[in-house]
Amino acid sequence: MLDRIRLEPSRFVLHLAVFIIVALWTLPTAGLLVSSLRDKDQIAVSGWWTALSTSEQRSQARTKGKADQVETDGKFVIAGNFFEGAGGHTSLSAWGTIVNKPDANAPGATVEIGEGQTLTVNADGSYVWTNANAFEDDRGRRIFYVSSVPPRFTTENYENVLFSQGIGRAFVNSLTVTIPATIIPILIAAFAAYALAWMKIPGRGFIIAVIVGLLVVPLQMSLIPLLKIYNASGFLSKTYLGIWLAHTGFGLPFAIYLLRSYIAGLPKDLIESAQVDGANDFKIFRRIILPLSFPALASFAIFQFLWVWNDLLVAMVFLGSESDKVVLTFQLNSLLGSRGGNWEILTASAFITIIVPLLVFFSLQRYFVRGLLAGSVKGG
Amino acid sequence: MADIKLTNLNKAYGAVHILKDVNLDITSGEFIVFVGPSGCGKSTLLRTICGLENITSGVLEIDNAVVNDVPPSKRGIAMVFQSYALYPHMSVYENIGFALENQGLPRAEIRQKVEKVADMLQLTPYLTRLPKALSGGQRQRVAIGRAIVRGAKVFLFDEPLSNLDAALRVQTRMEIAKLKRGMPNTTMIYVTHDQVEAMTLADRIVVLQAGRVEQVGTPMELYESPANTFVAGFIGSPKMNLITGAPAAAHKAHTLGVRPEHFEVSKTAGAISGTVEYTEVLGSDSFLYVTTPHGLITVREEGRTGFVPGDAIHMSPVAQMTHRFGEDGKRLP
Repeated sequence: MLDRIRLEPSRFVLHLAVFIIVALWTLPTAGLLVSSLRDKDQIAVSGWWTALSTSEQRSQARTKGKADQVETDGKFVIAGNFFEGAGGHTSLSAWGTIVNKPDANAPGATVEIGEGQTLTVNADGSYVWTNANAFEDDRGRRIFYVSSVPPRFTTENYENVLFSQGIGRAFVNSLTVTIPATIIPILIAAFAAYALAWMKIPGRGFIIAVIVGLLVVPLQMSLIPLLKIYNASGFLSKTYLGIWLAHTGFGLPFAIYLLRSYIAGLPKDLIESAQVDGANDFKIFRRIILPLSFPALASFAIFQFLWVWNDLLVAMVFLGSESDKVVLTFQLNSLLGSRGGNWEILTASAFITIIVPLLVFFSLQRYFVRGLLAGSVKGG
Repeated sequence: MADIKLTNLNKAYGAVHILKDVNLDITSGEFIVFVGPSGCGKSTLLRTICGLENITSGVLEIDNAVVNDVPPSKRGIAMVFQSYALYPHMSVYENIGFALENQGLPRAEIRQKVEKVADMLQLTPYLTRLPKALSGGQRQRVAIGRAIVRGAKVFLFDEPLSNLDAALRVQTRMEIAKLKRGMPNTTMIYVTHDQVEAMTLADRIVVLQAGRVEQVGTPMELYESPANTFVAGFIGSPKMNLITGAPAAAHKAHTLGVRPEHFEVSKTAGAISGTVEYTEVLGSDSFLYVTTPHGLITVREEGRTGFVPGDAIHMSPVAQMTHRFGEDGKRLP
């Protein structure tokens, strides 16, 4: 059985396609995660795939000036360390005194630089600059060097965006919007779907047709009328309740449509059997329909959650842009504008934004597994 | 006690008339089998009695009370579905106890009743399993258990054996017969298209065709005096030979019905002559398929046969064992 499946060419194509899709999806996600954990200076100079290797960096530094010179044995000496305060992990691999030859000298070499001056720069960044005469410049001398920087991973970026850039607050706001805006439509739609699938209601066909019709209505069309109603009501405008109801309304047609087709496909015998067993409609719904519809409920939960989580338009219109009610998408958008060059902020913010949808997907995906109906009817 | 009475029962879906003036009296404790070809309305009739289909016109009484508009759960009936309709997400215990749970019985009482039924059906070791972990026969028993546990007065079976393989079917048939013997006061109505099930299980058989009751009677009544050519052809295996033309005219009938076992065969002379087309020798008996000028005739001989295909054969119906039918297909006295 297994061999036969493996040999089928269509299976191979399918697996290849799945592999490509997974790669296309996983690689950037991994890149985002790695980048967001790197040191902000390293993000700027090398790609995330080099994150584990030591990177070469070309930079320059300036020695101390005449104020720090010390006279010893008839020579004037300025000594110091270029890497002072840099954490001590960096090491110098070559250095030079001319801008386009930063790798002229090996670390530790002592070089004559004219006028009786010598310069020694060591791998740890310490240097000794000697002069037969007293130094006269206030400013030190510029040195160009190549340093190797070991990989450095940090959660600083996350601490920064969560607590200083408003992402933490926006994250909580997004959850506050999304969780009820997912649960409320599921509750309503499941009831409606059962009624429209199995109960004998006059005008059932018409109601279903209206719902299917509503599927194609663009939500932008209803923004202004809804806003007017909200503003007139007073208690709905710019509140969480308002946006929950808005998302519920926008999500319901699809939810009812999806759940109804699933619930209508449940075996008729099961429902009739429950009727004969004396269960009323509510009991049938609660004990038979709901448990068996879990795959459909989970699918819709994922759809709705992702849609609400990623939504910017509805949130801006119904919740506004006051800083205490701003959602993640909005905050991310404004960071893009104000901190567009700070990759460490953007990657960390982006990863915080996608982590919740990822968790939701992975926790619910097992309900997509088929076979929940196995054993109920013949051949199962 | 549960007498069921159907009076002029009609069922139509729009313009499609499924059941036509069905009249039936079922006394308490009877085992009734509805039999007929597919699409004859036997399942619809069962579902109407159950209450899953509403009645277009006519009266349905259970225990002298009109129940036309009473919901299924209030009719004192239990139904075993063709597909068993076990709740896939509930254990065997929950499946059996679901009806009791709906009646709002206390947990202890539910447990006691379910365990008693499980014991009776040898389901005790499987009470915690889900239906998908059961074999076909075990699922079947759970479905029956659900019916028993409610203490229903009427059991309805909708082709309950059609999903089982041949060996299991014979065994389950015997179990159902045993079940009935153990519950003499329970009325059982059983739908099947398999006449062997009908003949072996039924106290009385109701033969349906195209929504009409063709005949109601004990299996032997149906076998020995079918009311019309349809019942004559439907009951008995192989089918009764229905011969028209000269041999029928000789008996002053439009159609002469002779069962395959009611022929005397001869190599020399007989009322009907033909050629053996094909033989089936089963050991205990042999079947000869004979082409005659009046159509193909099946003959049963006990033991082995002396004929081989191609032989000329002469057959005479055994006196008193023939059935005479008029032009309208009805039995002639």
